[in-house]
Amino acid sequence: MPSLLELESIAKRFGPVRALEDVSFDLRAGEIHALAGENGAGKSTTMRVVDGIVQPDAGEIRIDGKRHRIRSPLEAQALGIGFVHQEIALCPDVSVSENIFMAATAASRARLMDFSELERKSREVLAELTDVDPRAKVGTLSISNQQLVEIAKALTLDARILILDEPTSALTEAETVKLFNIVHKLRQKGLGIIHITHRMAEIFGHCDRVTVFRDGRYVDCLDVAQTTPEDVVSRMVGRKISNLYPPKLDGPAGRPILEVQGLSDGMLLDDVSFSLREGEILGIGGLIGSGRSELVKTICGLGPRRSGTVTLEGRRISISNYATALECGMVYVSEDRKVEGLFLDLPIRANISALRPTQVSTPLGLIDRAAEEAQADRLGKRLRLKAASLGQPPSMLSGGNQQKVALARMLSVDPKVVFLDEPTRGVDVGAKSEIHSILRGLAQDGVGVIVISSELPELIGLADRILVMHEGRLTGEVGPEAMTEETIITLASGLGASAAAGQLEGMAQ
Amino acid sequence: MTETSLVQGADHLEPVGSGNGLLKRLLGMREIGLLLIILLVCLVMSFASPYFLTWSNFRTIFLSFSVEGIVVIGMTMLLIVGGLDLSVGSVICFAMVVAGKLFLVGLNPWLASLAGVASAAAIGAAMGIFVVRVGLSHFIASLAAMVIVRGACLLVTQGTPLSLFTLPPEFKFVGQGSLWGVPLVVVIFIVLAVVFDFLLRRATIFRAVFYTGSNERAAEYSGIRTKRVIFWVTVLCSTLAGLAGVIFMARFGSATPQFGVGMELNVIAAAVIGGASLKGGQGSIFGAVLGVALLSLVTSSLILLDVSVYMQDMIKGFILLAAVSVDHLMSQRAAREG
Repeated sequence: MPSLLELESIAKRFGPVRALEDVSFDLRAGEIHALAGENGAGKSTTMRVVDGIVQPDAGEIRIDGKRHRIRSPLEAQALGIGFVHQEIALCPDVSVSENIFMAATAASRARLMDFSELERKSREVLAELTDVDPRAKVGTLSISNQQLVEIAKALTLDARILILDEPTSALTEAETVKLFNIVHKLRQKGLGIIHITHRMAEIFGHCDRVTVFRDGRYVDCLDVAQTTPEDVVSRMVGRKISNLYPPKLDGPAGRPILEVQGLSDGMLLDDVSFSLREGEILGIGGLIGSGRSELVKTICGLGPRRSGTVTLEGRRISISNYATALECGMVYVSEDRKVEGLFLDLPIRANISALRPTQVSTPLGLIDRAAEEAQADRLGKRLRLKAASLGQPPSMLSGGNQQKVALARMLSVDPKVVFLDEPTRGVDVGAKSEIHSILRGLAQDGVGVIVISSELPELIGLADRILVMHEGRLTGEVGPEAMTEETIITLASGLGASAAAGQLEGMAQ
Repeated sequence: MTETSLVQGADHLEPVGSGNGLLKRLLGMREIGLLLIILLVCLVMSFASPYFLTWSNFRTIFLSFSVEGIVVIGMTMLLIVGGLDLSVGSVICFAMVVAGKLFLVGLNPWLASLAGVASAAAIGAAMGIFVVRVGLSHFIASLAAMVIVRGACLLVTQGTPLSLFTLPPEFKFVGQGSLWGVPLVVVIFIVLAVVFDFLLRRATIFRAVFYTGSNERAAEYSGIRTKRVIFWVTVLCSTLAGLAGVIFMARFGSATPQFGVGMELNVIAAAVIGGASLKGGQGSIFGAVLGVALLSLVTSSLILLDVSVYMQDMIKGFILLAAVSVDHLMSQRAAREG
């Protein structure tokens, strides 16, 4: 039986960065094929090649054994390829039904829109997924409903090849189950489905084969029935899993550094209390939208606070803005380097000095270039930052080095507590491991470290203790003995909250 | 992206358009709010001035904003697609000057006007190329065009107004004549507004304007050639400005090289008051027409009330500020509740 879709020796460079090299892949009709790999492994880029968003520098794409050049998403659609993007690609000002049928509208020969027909057809497609109003504007929906609209949109394309790029990362458990019911139905109809994920449970629960990518290269393609999660993970990371993360805290944690009591923001956060102790790395898990980022932002004065107290090293502090938080020694490193984190077009040294420019200023208040350069040099060396010069803008750097610039800036103020939101997102495996070691080193030096991550293996591998959030509340705290993906997923989906509450009390003693 | 503060699952209770929502939705519409404000101003004015509720006063008000209104139509579409055009004032003048000059050298006035409109379209096409191909922002491209085109107007006329009193009466009729007592320019404006409002709401190809402005990448992934959409809307905006230019010429029987200075800001203000967003994706022609009507109504009311000319701009500025602030605060509240 010929493959539905075949990729052979695909290569792609973005400037100096080698995104894909010699990537091969094949998809059969009637299978769910998982694409696994760490962030930056090239999964999404490969699929963007298939969808015509990215043009490969070399290699061949065959559909039904016939060679094709796919120059745009429109051509991909004509070839029967549907793509559910990871980052939501919908028009917020436009109704749900128009979004779902946007491609059909773009290709339509009808002169006038038939809104009632669109609404009717949307209701049909949405019925299986969720109960949103097709007339609602997409911008008013929750992230998980937006994701479902995105899926509905791909389902209407009459695709033979359906690409799902981490579709469940923003979904609740119940929604995930519904989604997989539909995916299995589509497989029975003979569609080839590519499911990009790094969740082992999804690969081993739903998929037929799994192709593993690492560092932009094809590693292996395995039959799910004949492999194990450990096997897949070690191929993803390219070494034994045991030494992927730095050693954990040995012995009990020290005195409390940061204590949070009854924190609420009047919108999402509801009565959150926890403490952070010297020497430990505290992880925060939960689904996107569960309030993880809001929690640390609120502590740092970056979000509104309605009630609750924050105690830093035994002193109660009142923080209404981020400048005060910085003075107290708390630094937040955003999950979104490009938008909230770095000044992408300013030199590296200016990025690093930005939190407290007075450190590198002359008494007259002018920036002392030499001092600024020296500071950047010192911190850059400590973090093993790789850049052509410290005058280079971060936009020229790889994800890992960009993140090191953000960390250098964080260290420039000798922080007491650091909050890192997805510190290794978009960072390659090597740099990721370095960042983990840096964080462990900070914790050993007595700095309080709080890490938010959507990647459960990272959370489990790095943290000494994990807080799990669901809908703005803390649903549990997981100590080293109970650290499994299942425990965290259960707590993150709001199940078993009562059982975990008992555990929380036990831990607090 | 940052996490949203929406509680998952909470919007299974959909707020929008459920059951009895028609009246609520109608009242929630920007246009209805504007209409109420306009009626309120009219009501107050009818007590404040005996001249207000006269046919000639309304005729004057309509006449004062109709030609500018044609430009507002184009600007609104450009704002919806995520663009902006600072050059419309210069382009109006350029179309006028080109048409006037060609008429003076002996060309038939209709053909001369056609050439004027075409030259405006060409300016739009040039800006569009700089935006779409070179990658400049609309702000920069149109700022440059505004200055260059104004310079061209001065160059062509050598700085002196062209006197066009020899224009044939059937051409002047476009700008000065009336149909059943209604000025022809008002008729032209209303027809264009109705046509474009309908197209933007219902025509399949015009929906791409909203899609592109709301999220260009999403539109692109849906197979819409977004660059092409942006280009053509830019051209359309300039073309409508050119059309307004030749109508102004017919109305005034002259072409002044300083005509339309500062008009772009009035036009943008009207579109924004009418609900267009500078971020793209939002706006309607109907709203923008009400916006331009409101600004014009206020101006003529201030004149009737004998308010100093020097106060009028300030008051218009405050209206813009108030309208946009109220809208912004309301949409923020809606987002929090939604």
